[in-house]
Amino acid sequence: MAYTIAEKILMRASGSKKVEPGEIVNARVDVAMSHDNAALVSKVFGEIGVPKVWDADRIIIPIDHRVPANNIKTAEGHVKIRNFVKKQGIKNFYDVKEGVCHQIMPEHGHVLPGQLIVGTDSHTTTYGALGAFSTGIGATEMAAVWATGELWLKVPDTFKITLDGKLNDHVFSKDVILQIIGDLTAEGANYKSIEYYGKAVDAMSVGSRFTITNMSMEMGAKSAIMEPDQKVIDYLKARTVAKYSIVKADKGAAFEKELKYNVGDIGPKVACPHAVDNVKDVEDVAGTEVHQAVLGSCTNGRVEDLKAGARMLAGKEIHKNVRLIVAPASRLVYLEAMEEGILQTFVKAGAIVINPGCGPCLGAHEGILAKGENCISSTNRNFQGRMGDTESGIYLASPATVVASAVAGVITDPREASTW
Amino acid sequence: MVKGVVWKYGKDVNTDVILPGRYLDSYEPDYLASHALEDLDKTFAKNVKKGDIVVAETNFGCGSSREQAASCLGYCGVQAVVAKSFARLFYRNAINQGIAVIESPECVDALNHGDEVDFDLKGGTIKNITTGKTLKFRPLPSFVMEILEAGGLVEHLKKKMAK
Ligand code: SF4
Repeated sequence: MAYTIAEKILMRASGSKKVEPGEIVNARVDVAMSHDNAALVSKVFGEIGVPKVWDADRIIIPIDHRVPANNIKTAEGHVKIRNFVKKQGIKNFYDVKEGVCHQIMPEHGHVLPGQLIVGTDSHTTTYGALGAFSTGIGATEMAAVWATGELWLKVPDTFKITLDGKLNDHVFSKDVILQIIGDLTAEGANYKSIEYYGKAVDAMSVGSRFTITNMSMEMGAKSAIMEPDQKVIDYLKARTVAKYSIVKADKGAAFEKELKYNVGDIGPKVACPHAVDNVKDVEDVAGTEVHQAVLGSCTNGRVEDLKAGARMLAGKEIHKNVRLIVAPASRLVYLEAMEEGILQTFVKAGAIVINPGCGPCLGAHEGILAKGENCISSTNRNFQGRMGDTESGIYLASPATVVASAVAGVITDPREASTW
Repeated sequence: MVKGVVWKYGKDVNTDVILPGRYLDSYEPDYLASHALEDLDKTFAKNVKKGDIVVAETNFGCGSSREQAASCLGYCGVQAVVAKSFARLFYRNAINQGIAVIESPECVDALNHGDEVDFDLKGGTIKNITTGKTLKFRPLPSFVMEILEAGGLVEHLKKKMAK
C-alpha cells in the first residue's frame, strides 16, 4: 500500500499496520499545546480525577490571547494556569511576555517532522510546514489527552495542492493561500488533510510556509502538511537537538483531489467581510476606506512580514485617519525587529507597536473596532464582529497590502503604492 | 424522546457569532448561556428552552476550536444541532459536551424555524409535530453514542477509568 504523509503519521501514532481514510484510530499524541484555555482544560482535567498528567514534558503552555490580562476574569484564569503548571511540573510554560502560541511552538523547537501534535486552537495546523501532523481539538478532549496521552482521530482523505511558478513582486504566500481559499471555499477542505508540493513551496522561506499551513484551517482542513526540505532541517538545527525522522508520502499514494497553481498568475488578494472565502483581487476593492490596520498574528507577524510592511512605508507616514497596530508574533521576533530598526521605522511613521500576543486578532483588547469602522489586517479570520462591533468590517490581506492601505487611508494595491 | 422547538439558521454559522470572543474570559455556564448566538440572533438566548434544537445549512460551527461555542448551546438546554454539514472542531466539541450532532440535509430541509419537534436520538428520528412528518437520520457511530449517553467525554472517561 502507498500512503500519504498524514496516513503514515497516524499509522505510526496508532500502532496500526495499515490505515484507510474514514477509519477511526486511537492515536498516541507526541505534543499537546494549550494557550489561555489551559485554564479550562485544567478545570476539566480536575473533574476527570487523575492526579498527574500523562507526561509533563510533552505539554506546552503559552499564555498569549489576552496578554497582559485585559480584565480581572482573565487575570484569574492566568493565575490558575500558573498554579497548575507549577503543581504538575510543566517546564515548557511561556508566560504572557513570550508571544503567540503558533510562533512559539516551532521557534522553541517544540515541533518536529513526523510528530502527531494536538492543540486547543484551530490554527494548530500551522506546524505542518515542518512536516508534522498537527490539528486543533477542544478543551475537554485536551483534558482527556492530559490524562491518557491518547485521542481518537478519523483518518482524513488527503488533497494534494501543487504550487509551481514564481511569485511576482508584491505578492506573498498570503495572497496564494487567499486565492486557494477563495477557490475551494470555507468548507472546501472540511475534515481533509492537505499536502502542499511544488517549486513555489520549495522557494518559500519557512516563515512564508507557516502562513499557508496556518490559513489552510480556514477552508476546514484538519491538517496541512509540507514535506521537510533542507530549509526545514536548518530551521530545526538552530532550535533543537532532538532527533526526528522525516516522513514523506509514498509514490502512488492516493489523493482524493489534486489541484495545481502557477503562483505567477496570482496577484494581491483581499478577503472581504464577513467570510474568509469572500476573496477579491485588490483592484476590485481598492479605495475602500479603512480606519484601522493590523500587522501581526500567527499568520503574518514574523520578521519577514514586518520587513515587507516596513518596505511599503519608504519614509511615508501612516494616514491621519488610520491606526496602524503592529504586533510582532513573539518576543524573539520583537527583539530581532527592534535590532534591525524595523520597529523604529514603524513608530516614526506613526504606527502603534504593541506587545507580542494575539492582541486585536480576536477582538479581545488592544484595538477594538467601533460600529461602521473598517480594518485591513494581516490576520487570518474576518468573521462578523471578530474585532469588535458586529457592524464593523475586516479585510484580510498580505503585510504589504495592509501597510500600503494604512498609508493611503483606503485599501491600496501594493504594486501601485510601491516605490520599488 | 424529548420535545422542543426548532431554531433555524443559514450556512457557515461560525464560532465568532455562536459565542463572540469577548465572552471567552469566563467558563461560567449561566454567563455563556446568556450570550449564546448573540451576534446572529439576539432573541435566541432569551427565549430558548430546554430540549430545543438548532438547525442549520452547511458548515455549522466553522472557525475557532473554542469549546464554549458548543457548551454554551448545551448550557441553554439545546439537545441537538442538526445541520447539512459541520466543521470538524465543532463536531468533536459538541459530542464531548454531550450534545447530539446530526448531519442530515433531508432533515434540515424538512424543518422550519419555530416547528415543534419530538427528537429521538436512539431511534434516529425527528417527528415534526407542526407538519406531521417523521424524519429519519443515520444513527451516530457506537463510540459516539457511548460518549453522548454518558453525558459527555468527562463522564465517559470517568467511567472508563473506574473500570
Ligand atoms: S494570533 Fe489570532 S489566529 Fe493566531 S492564535 Fe492568536 S487569536 Fe488565534
